[in-house]
Amino acid sequence: MPMAASEIERLIKASLPDAEVTIRDLAGDGDHYAARVVSRSFEGMNRIRQHQAVYAALEGRVGGELHALQLETAVPNTENLSE
Amino acid sequence: MSDASTSPALGRIADLVKSNEVVLFMKGTPLFPQCGFSSRAIAILERLGVQYETVDVLQDPEIRQGIKEYSDWPTVPQLYVKGEFVGGSDIMMEMFESGELQQLVGERA
Repeated sequence: MPMAASEIERLIKASLPDAEVTIRDLAGDGDHYAARVVSRSFEGMNRIRQHQAVYAALEGRVGGELHALQLETAVPNTENLSE
Repeated sequence: MSDASTSPALGRIADLVKSNEVVLFMKGTPLFPQCGFSSRAIAILERLGVQYETVDVLQDPEIRQGIKEYSDWPTVPQLYVKGEFVGGSDIMMEMFESGELQQLVGERA
């Protein structure tokens, strides 16, 4: 079952309140999304942990109900994101 | 329900990860990927020009379930290099574009 972009954003913000969330519906079918999530809380986390934080916010929907979520995470105002 | 510490699938995954320097858990095969994300991961590995192994999770329900628990990562594909979890296709792409992935696979273990 497709999931609304607003619902994805709501869930991410519920866990990461400061997050700046940008969502694109890639195929226009409500089932293939790309999300960019920028949050201070990612500071000090490597990319794996950052993505895991977003997956955790989506409470098990990724890989199930939400098949296709292309994900990009970042910390605000930092030039170097490498761990 | 599965107990992570006793699941035979997790042991098999650990063996695959340890015995192959570069291994991708994916849906389908390199020639016939069954998902856009797996297809993208293969394209990146081909561009890297490294030798890699693949495991088709669609052929093995135990591994398909187990791989989600192994690295606490809900999706496939998953790339492992030198025994370490690297990420899914988005992280692979970011690391490929920044040159980090080339460095990672280029360094001898």
